[in-house]
Amino acid sequence: MAYDLSFARDVYKNSEMGHWIKMCKQCGVCAGSCPLGPHWEFSPRQLFQMVRAGKKEEVLKSHSMWMCTSCYNCIVRCPRGLPITHIVHGLARYASVKGYADPDQVTNRFATRIFWTNIVSTGRVGEAMLTMRLYFVDGIAAGIKQGLEMKDSALGMLKAKRLNPIPLRGKIKGYAGFQAMLTKAQELEEKRESGV
Amino acid sequence: MKEYTFFPGCSSEKSASAANMEHSVQSMCKMLGIQLNEIDDWNCCSASIGYAGGGQLPRLAMSARNFALAKQQRGNTDLVATCAACWLAMRETAERMEHEPEVKADINTALKEANLSYDGGIKTRHLVEVLIEDVGWDVLKSKVKKPLQGLKVAGYVGCQTNRPFGIVGESYENPLYLDKMIEATGAIAVPYPKKVSCCGGALMFTEVEKSCALVRDLLQCAVDNGAEVIVTPCPVCQLNVEVYQGKINQMFGTQFNIPVVYYSQLFVLAWGGSWEEAALHQQVVPADALRRFA
Repeated sequence: MAYDLSFARDVYKNSEMGHWIKMCKQCGVCAGSCPLGPHWEFSPRQLFQMVRAGKKEEVLKSHSMWMCTSCYNCIVRCPRGLPITHIVHGLARYASVKGYADPDQVTNRFATRIFWTNIVSTGRVGEAMLTMRLYFVDGIAAGIKQGLEMKDSALGMLKAKRLNPIPLRGKIKGYAGFQAMLTKAQELEEKRESGV
Repeated sequence: MKEYTFFPGCSSEKSASAANMEHSVQSMCKMLGIQLNEIDDWNCCSASIGYAGGGQLPRLAMSARNFALAKQQRGNTDLVATCAACWLAMRETAERMEHEPEVKADINTALKEANLSYDGGIKTRHLVEVLIEDVGWDVLKSKVKKPLQGLKVAGYVGCQTNRPFGIVGESYENPLYLDKMIEATGAIAVPYPKKVSCCGGALMFTEVEKSCALVRDLLQCAVDNGAEVIVTPCPVCQLNVEVYQGKINQMFGTQFNIPVVYYSQLFVLAWGGSWEEAALHQQVVPADALRRFA
């Protein structure tokens, strides 16, 4: 039986830090070090071996990569020094960009549509708007329910002056330049990700 | 007066979630004769979840813009961050630019659109490193006017202040600086085996049950070891561990009600600062255990 190496080769070249996957020796320290380890369908170790084995659909459609909390435990413990957190972030991004990731996976949806939109629309995080957008992502009724569930926390934050009652915020002064910079960066990124 | 370039980050803005950190950091630095010169017009560092929407280059370019502005405004003065994610993003960007010439070139192509450029040269430091290396333990101890005698504190270091870079000279598995800071205020650092465990980070937004289970374990460990207060350097840790206690109590039938404060708040209080200077009026779980020292 011949392995199809085209997926692995594309990941090595075009997924952020993907080339490091070649170095994994399958020890599993990453899996054992992950705070959400039990919730991964496939651990980082398994994902890396599946990339090598050409299991494109299984890797990219998996919810696994979206379980990363960015705690960096796997990075500092990997005996081969693989930047595992970054490799996993890279695979998540790759799956999202190539259209394999479930668009309704909660973290994919939050990260790519709500959070990123929030920061690039003004240059800084607008926490109140971010929370509102997140709560109301499944519609008005679900949003109100979510809001009510977190009401005590929100009131506590308002009282402590750690939540802005006005969700709108202004743009940074150099927003035009900031936006032009990001447009150019995105253009270069798309070129890189498509392997041109 | 020692001066640093300062990157406060989004959570330290007025009426943002770490306004209590920012306020107490400013009080603390004033007491130490440190001036923090904020980068004018800084932008978000893209945070720990920015990788998915931003990918590599847009994400790194955001930190590069902050470096470029810092250089324009303050030259190569050390850049100090107080937020774990901001500090990490700046360190990562500096490292990638240093080791990957093509990343550096692409970043500068993007920066040019904003009439900026950055060639490197600024050292990024965590405020904790400034306290340890530039101020020094002797001074931190000598400023104590109201020792927090008998106060039992769990030092929760968290993830991103500790990994992948970590505070200079500390280990990943058992960093000791926070315990030493607690003891420098005259308080007792209780054993805290969960000191470098994860609070869920940004996944508290999306994987609420899973993250709350992590925080429940962090809280239980502190309580089991007799802590009256949890102290942390990280704004995400502080938020997740403090603000979700009500929800965790509902979910798991627990009864947690333990204040979670920043190291800067402990120092300000121990150095004779007021409750307000320490921003202790800005807690969601009231810091009652600290009242006896105010």
